[in-house]
Amino acid sequence: MKRFVHVIAAAGAALLLTGCEVGMKEWTQTGYRGAALEQITDVSSKVKQGAIPPTPYPLDASMREGERANVTYQNVQVLGDLSTEEFNHLMASMNTWIAPGDGETQGCNYCHNPENMASDEKYTKIVARKMIQMTRNINANWTSHVQQTGVTCWTCHRGNAVPVNNWSNVSNGKPGLRGNKFGQNTPDPTVGYASLPTGMFANYLQGTQNIRVASDKALASPDHVVSIKNTEQTYGLMMHLSQSLGVNCTYCHNSQSFRAWNLSRAQRNTAWYGIRMVRDANDEYIETLTNVFPANRKGPAGDPLKVNCATCHQGQAKPLGGVSMLPEHPQLRGPVGAVTAAATPPDANATTEAFNKPATMATAGPASNTAAAGDAGMKDAEK
Amino acid sequence: MALLSFERKYRVRGGTLLGGDLFDFWVGPFYVGFFGVTTAFFSVLGTALILYAASLGPTWNPWLISIAPPDLKYGLNLAPLKEGGFWQIITCCAIGAFVSWTLRQVEISRKLGMGYHVPFAYSFAVFAYISLVVIRPLLLGAWGFGFPYGIFSHLDWVSNTGYQYLHFHYNPAHMLAVSFFFTTTLALALHGALILSAVNPAKGSTVKTPEYEDGFFRDLIGYSIGTLGIHRLGLFLALNAGFWSAICIIISGPFWTRGWPEWWTWWLNLPIWS
Repeated sequence: MKRFVHVIAAAGAALLLTGCEVGMKEWTQTGYRGAALEQITDVSSKVKQGAIPPTPYPLDASMREGERANVTYQNVQVLGDLSTEEFNHLMASMNTWIAPGDGETQGCNYCHNPENMASDEKYTKIVARKMIQMTRNINANWTSHVQQTGVTCWTCHRGNAVPVNNWSNVSNGKPGLRGNKFGQNTPDPTVGYASLPTGMFANYLQGTQNIRVASDKALASPDHVVSIKNTEQTYGLMMHLSQSLGVNCTYCHNSQSFRAWNLSRAQRNTAWYGIRMVRDANDEYIETLTNVFPANRKGPAGDPLKVNCATCHQGQAKPLGGVSMLPEHPQLRGPVGAVTAAATPPDANATTEAFNKPATMATAGPASNTAAAGDAGMKDAEK
Repeated sequence: MALLSFERKYRVRGGTLLGGDLFDFWVGPFYVGFFGVTTAFFSVLGTALILYAASLGPTWNPWLISIAPPDLKYGLNLAPLKEGGFWQIITCCAIGAFVSWTLRQVEISRKLGMGYHVPFAYSFAVFAYISLVVIRPLLLGAWGFGFPYGIFSHLDWVSNTGYQYLHFHYNPAHMLAVSFFFTTTLALALHGALILSAVNPAKGSTVKTPEYEDGFFRDLIGYSIGTLGIHRLGLFLALNAGFWSAICIIISGPFWTRGWPEWWTWWLNLPIWS
């Protein structure tokens, strides 16, 4: 009997530990000592750096000379400024990046009609063209986020026709009270398995809505009223950022004030630009393809599958461990025509006014139609 | 301080753990003992070091004074005094004083021939402190994981440590600790209200006996735990609150590094439904 109890106790202890990470930890300190600004990672459960496929063949300087691709081939709308060699090199790379293999629906044939390579009859070719424009736009105009490392198709696709990490609008669930979770209280991976609302991508990863949850006053004030659900949506978005990058909140923030830029690390600035970059990709590139995508490439609400932080980052603070693929694929650096004005960086003093009046922030700008339900509460409170 | 009439019978010789008869005396109403001496030594030295370290800091604002642990790079080694070394010595003094106080309570319990309930209960608070500044730092491998000694700064530490796990309310041990804290205050409120009602009868009536107290709760919820039982229950609830608080911080980092909500995926992934 006693032995039986021991066995049960040992099994129970082992069962308790199965939910744990018992291995070696590594840590980095990111703030003043004793402030608990640090990253602790379990070595064995750390996300491995994604493999980078070798370039099909090296691209040397002489290959960049010679006839332009739009002279050699017909219907080259975006990459016409490349040499024919460069163009072919990029096409070969895109094979391995997006639709590897041979066959009628893989390799070149995934986008091209092999009988007529110039034809735009396959929707995938139109999408690919737009995505090349998007990639070049990111590399040329969003160095505020991607620095000189930049991105290629592989950063997101990793050998899949559709990047594994994406999002689309969620349906609101059953109408009525019974069984309707109102878009929350479901252990969803996009919000780190918490009960937080999951519809935050539609509010913050497209359009121009800003996160204006934290007040600059210590006590409650009628000038700054944000609904709990609105607040939790931004919490959910931040959970997504953390999960996507494999970091915790203190990677960017000092929780003494999530709002104060002077207490935050430079990484928060990079993330701020990243959110705007993702919006640019979703609004200006992916959404414009809504009518191009067939139904099986869209989400349940009929909108295309869009980009979020995880699409590139895939669990790492720097996608692909910070390794740049652009030296071997300079075709994707640009040019992309007129450089659009970069978004202005947030400034602690300049944004104070906005923090005091969140309702005006949320409804200002062209995307006022994306204002969330919580705004109604804000307006009421201001009366 | 005046010697109360009944105090004389509590002044029992012997029962000491260390020092024999040497420190077995009283100063006014206070028993000294070997551990009284060590308590005084560690608390005076520790407090003096806090004041000295504060004098080297940028402020005398009592809210903002902070004596911080070393940088993580020092690992489990000693740090220079002004870069966390003071924190390390003050921590030693604090543990010395708290453990001495516990053992002094043991000696007094032995003198009075009573159980060790008081030192046992107090040791849970000491365990919670040692969890924060010794056990968890040891498990993680750096003294820098301890919390800083300052009113605001230790709150920043609590907040940032919580956000290292994205949403600390999903920490299972934190859930237990919070539940026990709330339950112990609920029990205290119910018990306190009952006692105040019993000993403050309406004008003209007499103080109510425990039979009335039992009768009240048997009427209300069908059960009364009784006059002794409520104190056992209170001790159980309070000690569990402190114990699970200690556990919830020991497991955060050494045994789990991701967001606490994600920990619950073991439930979602049970083979019964996944």
